[in-house]
Amino acid sequence: MSYLEHTVKYTPSGLRKVFYLNWPLLLLLLAVATLGFLMLYSVAGGAFNPWAEPQIKRFGLGMVLMFTVAMIPIYFWRNVALLAYLFTLGLLLLVQVMGDVGMGAQRWIDLGFMRLQPSELMKVTLVMLLAAYYDWLPVRKVSHPLWVAVPLAIILIPTALVLKQPDLGTSILLVMGGGTVMFLAGVHWAYFTAVIAAGVGLVTAVFESRGTPWQLLNDYQYRRIDTFLDPSADPLGAGYHITQSKIALGSGGWTGRGFMQGTQSRLNFLPEKHTDFIFTTLAEEFGFLGAVSLLGLYALIIIFCITSALSNPNRFAALLTLGIATTFFLFFAVNMAMVMGLIPVVGVPLPLVSYGGSAMIVLMAAFGLVQSAHVHKPR
Amino acid sequence: MRRSPKDTALSQRRITRRGLVLGGLQAGVIGGLALRMRFLQVEQADEFRFLAEENRINIRLIPPARGEIFDRNGRIIARNVPSYRITITREEAGDVDKVIERLQHLVPLDPVELAAAREELEKRRGDTPVTVAERVSWEDLSRVAVNAPALPGVTPEVGLSRTYPLGPDFTHVVGYVGPVSDYDLSKIEDPDPLLLQPRFQYGKIGAESALEDRLRGKAGIKRVEVNAAGRVMRELSRKEGVPGDDIQLTIDYKLQNYVQARLGDESAAAVVIDTQTGDLLAVGSSPAFDPNLFVNGISSSDYKALIENDHRPLVAKSVQGVYPPGSTFKMITALAALESGEVSVDETFRCRGFLEVADNKFHCWKRAGHGNMDLHTAIRESCDVYFYELALKAGIDRMSEMATRLGLGRKYDLPMSSVNTGLVPSRDWKRQAKGAEWVIGDSVNTSIGQGFVLASPLQLAVMTARLATGRQITPRLIKSIDGVEQPTQSDQPLGLNENHLRAVRKAMFAVSNSRRGTAYRTRIVAEGMQMAGKTGTSQVRRITAAERRAGVTRNEDLPWNRRDHALFVDFAPAENPRYAVAVVVEHGGGGSTAAAPIARDITLQALYGEDPPLTAYPERDRGRIRAQQARLRELRPPEDDGRPTRA
Repeated sequence: MSYLEHTVKYTPSGLRKVFYLNWPLLLLLLAVATLGFLMLYSVAGGAFNPWAEPQIKRFGLGMVLMFTVAMIPIYFWRNVALLAYLFTLGLLLLVQVMGDVGMGAQRWIDLGFMRLQPSELMKVTLVMLLAAYYDWLPVRKVSHPLWVAVPLAIILIPTALVLKQPDLGTSILLVMGGGTVMFLAGVHWAYFTAVIAAGVGLVTAVFESRGTPWQLLNDYQYRRIDTFLDPSADPLGAGYHITQSKIALGSGGWTGRGFMQGTQSRLNFLPEKHTDFIFTTLAEEFGFLGAVSLLGLYALIIIFCITSALSNPNRFAALLTLGIATTFFLFFAVNMAMVMGLIPVVGVPLPLVSYGGSAMIVLMAAFGLVQSAHVHKPR
Repeated sequence: MRRSPKDTALSQRRITRRGLVLGGLQAGVIGGLALRMRFLQVEQADEFRFLAEENRINIRLIPPARGEIFDRNGRIIARNVPSYRITITREEAGDVDKVIERLQHLVPLDPVELAAAREELEKRRGDTPVTVAERVSWEDLSRVAVNAPALPGVTPEVGLSRTYPLGPDFTHVVGYVGPVSDYDLSKIEDPDPLLLQPRFQYGKIGAESALEDRLRGKAGIKRVEVNAAGRVMRELSRKEGVPGDDIQLTIDYKLQNYVQARLGDESAAAVVIDTQTGDLLAVGSSPAFDPNLFVNGISSSDYKALIENDHRPLVAKSVQGVYPPGSTFKMITALAALESGEVSVDETFRCRGFLEVADNKFHCWKRAGHGNMDLHTAIRESCDVYFYELALKAGIDRMSEMATRLGLGRKYDLPMSSVNTGLVPSRDWKRQAKGAEWVIGDSVNTSIGQGFVLASPLQLAVMTARLATGRQITPRLIKSIDGVEQPTQSDQPLGLNENHLRAVRKAMFAVSNSRRGTAYRTRIVAEGMQMAGKTGTSQVRRITAAERRAGVTRNEDLPWNRRDHALFVDFAPAENPRYAVAVVVEHGGGGSTAAAPIARDITLQALYGEDPPLTAYPERDRGRIRAQQARLRELRPPEDDGRPTRA
């Protein structure tokens, strides 16, 4: 290894870095985003406004951001990880306060040209900080309880804040994303087993606490769980979303009803058709083939990330890439499972496809980190 | 940061190993998602495709045109006219109050209707159109249409609405339609979905109600594509409905109009029946009211006036009202006795002004008595005692059998509301209804149409027609449905001895044409048009012994609602009967004075088909009749309203 390091190790610099970008990954991202533009165009009834055009602009902005982030050496990102995390945590606290003042669940900060959701940003900065932490921590110590407690705190503090917004989907993503980095870093199996056991216990507690004064979730969240368990019980009320979503998906068949021919979305039977439920429109209009193709593109993105990570000797870079890939994976897996009626409806958008500013920008920035890791990989 | 190579190698091995585990897990999840997609989109595709269609396609009913109603000559009685109305859909209107305010500048809105509409707007789903103005003029409607851009959610609509061009004349026969009420629906099992349409017009009473199923027709269906909010995006297909069947009545609108006009404000009823076919040519009841008032909901003050009127304008007295037939029943008693063989046509009984039966004194209307009476003179002069004697000979069983045979005590299957059965008493009936045995006094009372017996004007007309023809005349009100002629059922002979019938008819002729007849003053003098009739006066109250001692109080001195009912039945021409008429004037006093003149006028009107020549009347009546004819002509409907009629 050390011999190879000395002879082959070569890190590109300057504009030459562009040649070392992970181009297949970039093209995949472009492909998925383009599919998203098509769907947004379709659900608007064949118009670029109100969704497709702003989404394209944001994607362009995201691309610029990705290039910028990719050009900056990866060690810089490692060094600012803690700062970035603390900054995001500050923003989370800020919206918490603003939300209290504004009498409602406010999740964003208005930047003028877009609304930034700190919780979205947290998904990335959390992974960054954990990757940096395990990069710094000697491997022998990772399973030591004291050194496990630190990352747990890093994960749970923002999670608690997000859960309080309340945003169940994002909190789950935070826990799972953070947990994945810990798992990759080599924390002992026993911890995960314990956490899963605790999770089961928590779920039981959540259900048991229902109706008591100290119930753990909001009523709407309980209802969503009920709906998931038996959506047909209330097809016009709480179960409406999931029932209509499955009808749209199923009616697509093998090849779909054709671009802009989906009756479910065109006639507004689909809820949130441009955001969380956009996958149903795609499945309705392009059928099983279209839906599986999107799934295939996502899978390829993950594969390229994992390959890049596993061939990267830089511990921070590898962990960061894998963490981001997993976060990305959780995004689309949870969203798809949700619209297909496999898990309860939690607000998780379909990455790069759903209309939404924060998620798009933050994801592109995250992929910028992946690209940076790739570009600055010692070769 | 410097790390030992060992640490780095360990870390990298671990990351690789765990990274692969993670990748494997993710691959598993992705595979699971793909399988789920396959399950939903391939295996269950047909089912979900069906559900999607069901979502998207909504079936709407197209209300059919209601069948129209014509008289026997094709004159329209109940028709459909385009009705313009204005609806508001809350969801599309946005600010409803503002839209209504703007609308008010264009169209006069009834405050009561508007208040109801506001309430409905609050209650109904946002996508349901609510009517804010009905029976809007074409000009107002156009004004709304032109200003459509400023009136979001406001739609001018064209529908059909029922109207009755002849107004009150046919109220008691045809009835009226009105919006379906919850009460109406509660009476119907499995109601036609049409009835659930807002403001659907539904037969409330009369023929409109009785023939509802034939008149309504079948709804058309249009398949429309709707969005999730239920708004119609486009029409996919349309299947027109089947209009309701047109119905032609046996009624002659001119005669009906005359009857209603002649009855005027009296609380009275008159029925004219064709003795050949049993066709009802006029079925009048007064007072009447304008059925158009009810079509769109009557105002409470109008309704209150109708309810509180002691002449009961809402009741169709022709079929619904039942009265003791009084002396008009005497032909039945006579035939019952003659057919029994106990009494012959020429047999005489002595009238001393009363008859003592089982320690009770039964009086004749003529206190001094009639002397010796046979069938002819007894009917002519309406001697009561003679019929008491016949009742004793014939007995109640034969009398009630004869009454039934002549058409009393039976509910005729006519498409009108509340057709009354009347009452023909019998031993069994009294045992069941009163829990008492029939006594001879009951027979005596029944013989002169008093006591328990009750008959409607319709039944009296049928009875008279049967007497006139000897056939089992059965009334018919519907001439044809949807062009199909309805059967008449008036051919069967009654099976009565023709000699007996002839004797009764001759006596009835004498009632109207003999100087001693009770209705001589209201005779017809035109050759070949003379009528044969019978007067009747039925008591509404019991005459107390005290009253009897003091001398019977004259009817005119009693309050209106305690006076006697006046009845008259007749057929004409006496030689070759074509029409039978029955008239009842509630609390009119005497049959000869209150009912007979009306019956004669109606009979003549039927015979001539128009105002009869004054020469048909006795000379001394002609001046009065001329004035009366002029007065009633004013009430006649216009000859034709320029609309093609149907045969």
